Amino acid sequence: MTAPLIRVENLKVEYRSSSGSVTAIPDLSFEVAPGESLGIVGESGCGKSTLLMAIMGHLGPSGAATGRVLFDGKDIAKASPAELRAVRSGGIAMVYQDPNAALNPTLKIGRQLVEVPMLRPGVPLADAKRLAEGMLANVHLPDAASVMERFPHQLSGGQKQRVVIAMALLANPRLLLLDEPTTGLDVTVEAAVLDLVDELRQTYGTSLIYITHNVGVVAQVCDRVGVMYLGDLVEEAPVEALFAQPRHPYTRRLMACVPRLDGDKHTTSFMPIPGQPSSLRDRPPGCPFSPRCVGFTPGLCNHTVPVEDIGPNHRVRCFRHRESPLFEPAAQEIVAPAEPSAELVLEAKGLSKIYRLGGSFFGAQRRAELSANEDLNFAAKKSEIVAIVGESGSGKSTFARILAGLQDATSGKLVVLGSDLANTTASERTSEQLSAVQMVFQNPDATLNPSHSAGFPIARALKKFKVTRGGKETQSRVAELFEMVRLAPSLMRVRPARLSGGQKQRVAIARAFAAAPDILVADEPVSALDVSVQAAIVNLLLQIQKTKGTTIVFISHDLALVRHLADQVIVMYLGKVMESGPVSSLFAPPFHPYTEALLSAVPVPDPTAEQRHVRLSGETPSPINVPKGCRFASRCPRKVGTICDEVPPPERKGEAGHMILCHIPLDELAAIAPILQHKPSERAPA
Amino acid sequence: MITFIGKRLLGLVGTLLIASFLVFAVTEFSPGNVARKTLGPFAAQESVDLLYQKLHLNDSLPVRYVRWLGVLTGVIADPLQDPALKLDFKDPRGDRYFGNFGYSTLYKLPVNDVIWNRLGNTALLAGISFALIVPLSLIFGVLAGMREGSFLDRTISVFGIVATSIPEFASGVFLVAIFVVALRLLPGTSPLTTGGGGWSLASQFVLPVAVLVLYDSGYVVRMVRGSTAEVMSKPYIRTAILKGLSFKTVVWRHAVRNAMIAPFTVILLQINFLISGVVVTEMVFAYPGFGRMLLEASLFGDIALIEAATLVALAVATTTQLLSDLGYALLNPQIRVG
Amino acid sequence: MASTDAPSDVTALGRPELPAPPEVMPDAVAASLTALAAPTAPGAPVAALGTKPPNLLRRLPTSPIAMVGLALIGTWVVLAVLAPVLPLDDPNRQDFLSLGNPVPSAKHWLGVDIKGRDILSRLIHGARTVLTVAPFAAICAYLVGMPLGLLAGYYGGKVDLVVSRLSDIILAFPIIILYVILISQIGPSFWNIVLAVILTAGPGIGRIVRGLTLEQRHLDYVAAAQLRKESDLYVMAVELLPNCRGPLITDFCLRVGYTIITIGILGFLGLGLPPPDPDWGTMVKEGTTLISVHPHMSLFPAIAIVSLVLGFNLVADGVRELSLTD
Repeated sequence: MTAPLIRVENLKVEYRSSSGSVTAIPDLSFEVAPGESLGIVGESGCGKSTLLMAIMGHLGPSGAATGRVLFDGKDIAKASPAELRAVRSGGIAMVYQDPNAALNPTLKIGRQLVEVPMLRPGVPLADAKRLAEGMLANVHLPDAASVMERFPHQLSGGQKQRVVIAMALLANPRLLLLDEPTTGLDVTVEAAVLDLVDELRQTYGTSLIYITHNVGVVAQVCDRVGVMYLGDLVEEAPVEALFAQPRHPYTRRLMACVPRLDGDKHTTSFMPIPGQPSSLRDRPPGCPFSPRCVGFTPGLCNHTVPVEDIGPNHRVRCFRHRESPLFEPAAQEIVAPAEPSAELVLEAKGLSKIYRLGGSFFGAQRRAELSANEDLNFAAKKSEIVAIVGESGSGKSTFARILAGLQDATSGKLVVLGSDLANTTASERTSEQLSAVQMVFQNPDATLNPSHSAGFPIARALKKFKVTRGGKETQSRVAELFEMVRLAPSLMRVRPARLSGGQKQRVAIARAFAAAPDILVADEPVSALDVSVQAAIVNLLLQIQKTKGTTIVFISHDLALVRHLADQVIVMYLGKVMESGPVSSLFAPPFHPYTEALLSAVPVPDPTAEQRHVRLSGETPSPINVPKGCRFASRCPRKVGTICDEVPPPERKGEAGHMILCHIPLDELAAIAPILQHKPSERAPA
Repeated sequence: MITFIGKRLLGLVGTLLIASFLVFAVTEFSPGNVARKTLGPFAAQESVDLLYQKLHLNDSLPVRYVRWLGVLTGVIADPLQDPALKLDFKDPRGDRYFGNFGYSTLYKLPVNDVIWNRLGNTALLAGISFALIVPLSLIFGVLAGMREGSFLDRTISVFGIVATSIPEFASGVFLVAIFVVALRLLPGTSPLTTGGGGWSLASQFVLPVAVLVLYDSGYVVRMVRGSTAEVMSKPYIRTAILKGLSFKTVVWRHAVRNAMIAPFTVILLQINFLISGVVVTEMVFAYPGFGRMLLEASLFGDIALIEAATLVALAVATTTQLLSDLGYALLNPQIRVG
Repeated sequence: MASTDAPSDVTALGRPELPAPPEVMPDAVAASLTALAAPTAPGAPVAALGTKPPNLLRRLPTSPIAMVGLALIGTWVVLAVLAPVLPLDDPNRQDFLSLGNPVPSAKHWLGVDIKGRDILSRLIHGARTVLTVAPFAAICAYLVGMPLGLLAGYYGGKVDLVVSRLSDIILAFPIIILYVILISQIGPSFWNIVLAVILTAGPGIGRIVRGLTLEQRHLDYVAAAQLRKESDLYVMAVELLPNCRGPLITDFCLRVGYTIITIGILGFLGLGLPPPDPDWGTMVKEGTTLISVHPHMSLFPAIAIVSLVLGFNLVADGVRELSLTD
């Protein structure tokens, strides 16, 4: 191996505050070779962003690093401010998590770009402008000259992230740090950004440290992967080896929590990690994972764990890594899923929602129509899970809100248990109608009122729906509901600020089930959660559904997750259903060109999988004044001609209620190759 | 942008109309009072009754307000100038012209002869103060906010709180006690005449300006500091630092402009505060300004002058509000460039 | 909350890139103005939501600034409460013997005023008035302003338009001028001052509450409450209002401080509470006639006002900082 570009030795990072100091990273060492790409995977709070900031020498006034961060032989941890600036402007550059926040809102893009090359001596403004424009073209932003003159808010999220990448590359860095650069972007945009990172790496030969919580992304862009837990690098291996033979118990459980495109609830089941990560303040002695590890051995695991080489470039920090497969339940406790019955509980017929915009006080503005939902048709049976999939702006959340009664529909019918509720909002619904449809929301931080205890809204719902009478009965029912969602009933009296995201979502589920609903609307209930927490919540939902026979309308942007839990799937784009049908029919041809693109964009957590590349050009168009033909026509890679722009496509019916809205006939769509093909692989986690 | 300004101008006129009606309602609510106040406490009851009839004071409030508007816009002649009333009110501009605010019973002069001169004096005082408040607050606010928690920050913040806790009349007393009574360095009154004590005009401005600057800059400094500190914690500032820019460049190029967006409106709204502060300061230093005139008119019951003065003050306040909205839009490209 | 409400519903779609309809822009300006016009620091309300510490007041002792402020207020409160039992002169008794040399002495610790009355006694008795009028008037202003802000923020639309326009007009007045006109017309009395404070402070409070309500209106816990058929009144009072408390406690302290200043100004301008009740502002005013000979007559009441206002401002700052840091 050649001399490493960067070598981190015994890095220790502490944050001091008035209430004592906290160790974010106790002792970390690794290196990256020139041209190499290292991925670092970990869940929130594992210290991965702190690691990047330590490398950048920017821990803020309260942070302090000891140990060595050798970049090119120089120790960044001890660099003077001037040396640090030199490293930042010419050695290491960074791409940030949220491109909307990373760019200065009041400066033009060009201004923000040119100041990077101008930090080098002898680069005049004209040259810097030329360089910046060239770089914008390199990151495939069309019309670079006009982008230079724009303000950040005039670009889309994906375009902004390209600008941030261009800004980083303008420093001619030899090491590029990427901090979750695609989190928050739509999956098709994410795929395009990942392609770009890969392409630029080939062109410039830059080394990468790529930080993410997404195991699938790592499999796609990295040579080597490190797994972080509570500030420790618990396992480090070449990407193929890590996915083929994960050795650390945490790595193994983490991988088993990731939903895959090739498995569903009937064949596999997530293996959530018991408990929660320890807080940084009471870090367990020895192995950080020990309190949650089935293989925990007293007297062994609570001693400092050495790094052990177990293969070429494969290192692990676990005393019992040889036995780790034994720590998992032999017969995976598959949550036996509920079987849908024939009874129809929910039916949408031609449901539409149109917002009329403009039409100001003086009526001078042009009228605009935002069509959030158009002509939605589907039915759901008792105990069925219907998933609605789409990217931002697809109108899936609008539908969820109409269903729950938080908004009314413009036209169409929404039959819930026999009565049409399309124009009956929550305040007009009867208690029975309200309790029949309850909702779980997306954002765990907004779902509970910070001023009330966790049990308060549940008790309130029980009272309003007259489920219980009297304080005592209510309290014991709240406790039962807490137990149902696997929360200690003592948490009833705790304010939401003291709960984790997963716990908040569990409370929200308990709150929804307090009304004993027939239909649960779950609007991206796990998308803000870490993957291991997500796995636990999904298992929980499946279990509750099994016992209660609830119909679940599951809104999601995550195709792999939908694949795992849904019975029926509806794919939406710009307010319209592109494809719908039983879950099995959606993941194999024939599929709608949009579904095809979505499937192709999903980061697959398997470096050996062959995923066919279908990339969409451009961005999702505005839902205001949509084209009269096919809504997907402007970005469709399989567009057949002007007919797509002019004529609304027909509904093509396949087997078992499979529907595709496309001008291309079904048999032609069926002839398309599947997206995923497995190389015969040795992947077999015991 | 032009429709935006047009809309705002329309709103401004509307605000002035409603606000002037409110003032009119408060001052002329009891019509008997109006006649009595116009003639003074020693006038005979018969003449009060005569005036009451002459002015049609038994009409409803809205009707009288419309008539007042008519006089103001020059549509109707000012009834008080009618020689039949024997009030001896004469306006050289005539009794019917646009901008006719009526006749001041306190100064026995047309309002227009009283008000503008006073307004000019006040504008001078407020202008000098404003010209000091803005740069001082910006400099110290940015200095404090750019390194939150530093010694400089703590010092400036505490100064800000203390300054906003000292109302103008209190700081006036403190400063007079120190510089006038103890040190005898400055004049204690500012009549804007050079006779008497022999103090120069410039020296007469020092204390009033100091009083205004002290109170208002305390508030603005804290606003600028808060805004700067908030901006400095934004991710795009981290981006700028990690680009390798020097701290000076980061603050100057990336932070200051964003930090100015929020306080900008506040700074212009300060003019509103300044008008309030000016009333008190003028009383402390016997400064012949608009605020003191308004107070004297209020205490005397000079209805025409009160109405005129509040209308002018409101016009100044709402215009600055409009300017601050425009400036906000100019500073913030997310609004300017749609 | 149907189709007339389009702009806000659009944000509910969760599409930040969506070209915002024109109506949203002035609204955004208005919202930021709302946050600014209030005497709270920018961003305070935003940061205070979500990560709300459950017991703001219980953590107050951790803020040295707030403790200094509380000490200042506490001193005055104790003195005011104990005034009847303290060995003080009658605040209105004129000691003509001391008039010749009115400066502080063993008999009159802070000297006597222009009419020979004991300044210390008048200050302490004046504190009783100030500490009653200012907080009471501020509470009344809150009782008027909070409901208006909640209504405007929660219902939006026409309710908001009417409430906001009316407050804008009142807020357009330079505040002292409004006071001077009002009090000079209706006369200085306890209730008239309360009325003036309600009129001038109510709209400002309404604006803050409206802004805080707008921020929360589309949050999921409000939707959850609607899904269990809670009445609008319940949602406003139980779900929305408690989350406004951080910024409102700060604002309340600032407002009490500012009301004390205003009452002082009114007294100084000769519009104070009618004699013979001791009034700090009036005391400053009366003292100024002799300021070149006996500055203490104005200085002591001025210091009293500053110390009490400073107390409230320091507490406000302490609370604000606490609600910003978790």
